[in-house]
Amino acid sequence: MQQLFYLLKKFKYLLLFIFLEIIALIFTFQYHNYHQSKFINSANFITGGIYKKANTVSEYFFLKTENHRLAEENIKLKNLLNIKGIDYSNPTYIYKDSVEYFQQYEYSIAKVINNNYSSKNNYLTIDKGALHGISEDLGVINSSGVVGVINKVSKNYATIFSILNSGSKMNVRLKKNDHFGTMVWDGKNPNITQIVDLPRQALLKVGDTIITGGKSAIFPEGINIGIIEEIELKNNYYSKINVKLFNDMTSLGHVQIIKNFRKEERQLLELSVNNE
Amino acid sequence: MNNLALNNFIRFFGLILLQVFVLNQVNLFGFVNPMVYILWVVLYPIKKEQGTFLLLSFLLGIFIDIFMNSGGINAAATLFIAFIRMPILKMILGKSDFDFVSFNLRAIAFNKAFFYISFLTFLHHFIIFGLEYFSFSEFTSIISKTLLTSIFTILISIIGILLFSKKK
Repeated sequence: MQQLFYLLKKFKYLLLFIFLEIIALIFTFQYHNYHQSKFINSANFITGGIYKKANTVSEYFFLKTENHRLAEENIKLKNLLNIKGIDYSNPTYIYKDSVEYFQQYEYSIAKVINNNYSSKNNYLTIDKGALHGISEDLGVINSSGVVGVINKVSKNYATIFSILNSGSKMNVRLKKNDHFGTMVWDGKNPNITQIVDLPRQALLKVGDTIITGGKSAIFPEGINIGIIEEIELKNNYYSKINVKLFNDMTSLGHVQIIKNFRKEERQLLELSVNNE
Repeated sequence: MNNLALNNFIRFFGLILLQVFVLNQVNLFGFVNPMVYILWVVLYPIKKEQGTFLLLSFLLGIFIDIFMNSGGINAAATLFIAFIRMPILKMILGKSDFDFVSFNLRAIAFNKAFFYISFLTFLHHFIIFGLEYFSFSEFTSIISKTLLTSIFTILISIIGILLFSKKK
């Protein structure tokens, strides 16, 4: 017994080291599991608060790009109004809502206070949380494209699982026809993502537009993602399809969060089908 | 002694803030973010008692992990170099028992200090990127990222030490 104590005393630092190292590795591998990590994330009030403070300074440097982005989006929306024949110049114009109208998506705004794109698994932090109606698994976009999906939520902050993450899988499709694929990221270039399992029958050209597929309940169909930049064919299947994102993930200001009101209904239905 | 502890305390939080708000935003060539926060481990005074040192190194890594949303990668790597620091120093300085209290990085020869910093940095960065990619097929990415990031970390570390420490 005494020898055991002697040994424990002799190797106490080694034991402490091994103990702490195991904890660190548990945290590491837990984080790879979506939504598993309990407290090692930047959505808590301390890191979120610090990031927000720092962001109030740094956002001034990006006002120009942010303004430009807003102006572009305004033009796009005005053109859309014109196509629909709505006269936006008349301030008293009232759009008559039909009784059957049922809103499916609600958009809300948030600001990115911490952006990452240099590592293999990137997460972002935004300044809105559970108090502002944010919950897990909501889609996040900005005016030019998709950003990611809400990962963890605290009272005032939330983290986003970026599309620039090795675990990211997104349902996408070609704009010109209805072929679906999955978008992933290989961890190399923050402007380029990859599409896998697109069937061979899908005819592709460099320059084709990729949009969200709408197969998942997170994103509505038809949000712009990017254009095909490089196609590689091997043994009659697509071995590599690179997509250049419309969105500049290295410079994100305000983002929009999409809430799908019919998500639960849809998931319940799909679940009941699977159980049969 | 009290002064030393205070210095350490300031360095601990100073390096975390420097890492999170300055160095993590560098993104040189799109992906190089020097990880200078390990300077805290390099500069920690040498004591016989190592428990607090290991514990604080682990905490330093965890703080960085929370900010970076990286699980426990930084904690694992920082703890490892903290543990391996003593044997490395003994190996480099070639003495089995040197003067613990008066150890000063500026007091030893530059090439030895340089080797000490470089070795710990390479090791730390290799663990970080190894755990981040965690696959043999990406070995080239791991090595190239380790080397490139290490160069900048070492450069900034040495400049920092030369600027902020007193020569004895």
